[in-house]
Amino acid sequence: MEIKAIMLLVPALIMFCCGVYGFITRRNMIAILISLELMLNAVDINFAVFNRYLWPDAMEGMFFTLFAIAIAAAETALAIAIIINLYRSAKNIDVRDLNKLKY
Amino acid sequence: MKQEIGLLVVFLLVFLYDTFMPQRAGKALPVVSTVLLLLATAAGFCSHCLGTATSTEAFAGMYATSPVVCAIKSILNIGAVIVLLQSISWSGSDHMAVRRGEFYELLLVTLFGMYLMISARHFLLFVIGLECASLPLAAMVAFDKRHYESHEAAVKYILTAVFSSAVFMMGISFVYGLAGSLYFGNIYAALSAGTHSLMLTLAVAFVIAGMGFKLSLVPFHLWTADVYQGAPTSVTSYLSVISKGAAAFSFLVILAQVFGSLYSDVWEWMLYALIILTITVGNLFAIRQTNMKRFLAFSSISQAGYIMLGIEAFNTMGLTAMMYYILVYIFSNLAAFGVIGAIERASGKVDMTDYRGLSKTNPRLAFSMMLAMFSLAGIPPFAGFFSKFFIFTGAINQGSVAIYVLVLIALINTIISLYYYLLVVKAMYISADEPVVGTFRSSISERLGLWITVGGVMLLGIASCVYTWIFDLGEISPLAAYFV
Repeated sequence: MEIKAIMLLVPALIMFCCGVYGFITRRNMIAILISLELMLNAVDINFAVFNRYLWPDAMEGMFFTLFAIAIAAAETALAIAIIINLYRSAKNIDVRDLNKLKY
Repeated sequence: MKQEIGLLVVFLLVFLYDTFMPQRAGKALPVVSTVLLLLATAAGFCSHCLGTATSTEAFAGMYATSPVVCAIKSILNIGAVIVLLQSISWSGSDHMAVRRGEFYELLLVTLFGMYLMISARHFLLFVIGLECASLPLAAMVAFDKRHYESHEAAVKYILTAVFSSAVFMMGISFVYGLAGSLYFGNIYAALSAGTHSLMLTLAVAFVIAGMGFKLSLVPFHLWTADVYQGAPTSVTSYLSVISKGAAAFSFLVILAQVFGSLYSDVWEWMLYALIILTITVGNLFAIRQTNMKRFLAFSSISQAGYIMLGIEAFNTMGLTAMMYYILVYIFSNLAAFGVIGAIERASGKVDMTDYRGLSKTNPRLAFSMMLAMFSLAGIPPFAGFFSKFFIFTGAINQGSVAIYVLVLIALINTIISLYYYLLVVKAMYISADEPVVGTFRSSISERLGLWITVGGVMLLGIASCVYTWIFDLGEISPLAAYFV
């Protein structure tokens, strides 16, 4: 069976939307980070698919994907470090308790 | 390219100084980094005067610079020097002893990332610059380890920053699918040749949303007030001025160079709605704030709306007025943050009610704050009036009726903003209550920073040579050609 581009793009879009949904509804910060990771990976899939199916003569999309993966790793590392810091001072990583700064 | 190299040299020198000098020499590190960055800024200006700031390209056209871009970087540099100057006494305190160097290194790295953002002509380099500018900032927001607020602000900042860059990159991936290249020039050519699909509108909306988070435009502004309040005051002033200015310039570059041909079809109306929302909501929420840092956060949201007017105008006057506006905004906002930082360091107070009777105990600080508020509100003899005047003129030059309505709304909002800026002045000068903050003498670096910013607020408007210089730089048409 031939795999069409749409069969990869639609799951990527669903993944992105799941990420947005998770970012908004999850309470645990680690779960929020996982949702963010879903969004970033959907972007990576998009780039790879567009590169492979639509513009196969240059490798720009693939290279962007490689760099995006590295950047996502850096973002996650930093976010985890900040969350650990928060845990040390608040003993809790539930976003509902992040309510000291508000209107 | 010279400015990037200069900044890298400064970074390496600060890094080596921090690593290899003995512990007691660390006290001098803030002064050393300020002086080094000042030298780099002066070198940038010298290259303007000698006419060596020419258009060059690097990395196969991924990076490009021009006289206008060099001037933009110089403006950001001036602001960064003032922020460093104002942070000297904060970072000189004992609890900062082991982490002092890191603050300056992170700050210089973010400045480097902003340079890349403004100069990038390829989306890969742009995204690297964007992350290089926003990730170290999250670490800087979390810098005050002793306070819980700093951690909370940092979590809110990093999560929204990652979310916004994911949305932004999704937009780029659609653009790549449509145009088949990530070079700004190639995308521009492909988009002006083809027809506009719904996917393109979606892509532009994603890109605008991603940049809107960085610029804290309404409705992407929800992180702003919390982060500004929780972060250390030096970081807040850096976030509100330099980070916002760099994001505004790179936003203009993207909209002009990538989506320039879609101006009236796609993004004029998106930006139109965003500007109205940003200015109005920012103003209305600023009225009910009592914490000074939160108050300035909402004030900076509405100022970002005025800055966007320069992009919405999409002509020479708009670009030059925007550069001038950001220069003036740097001076007025940093004057306000200088006063807030000095009072916070001396007494730990940041509430507006604590500013009652400040003119009796600290007349000079109150006077600086008053001038900063006058300039932010746009009262005539001060620089803020001229910057608002030029940005409105630039927008009106665009000529359509819709823009007239937009400028009218912005004008009405200027009057609303006068109310809450004057609330601060009223608390300091007219309130009859007993002064809360006692008399104190601020440190020499804080006084120097305030002298410079207050001088800038008073002179930048009257000294027309500044505006003439910026305007002369923009004397090339069309808009897309400024940055090549």
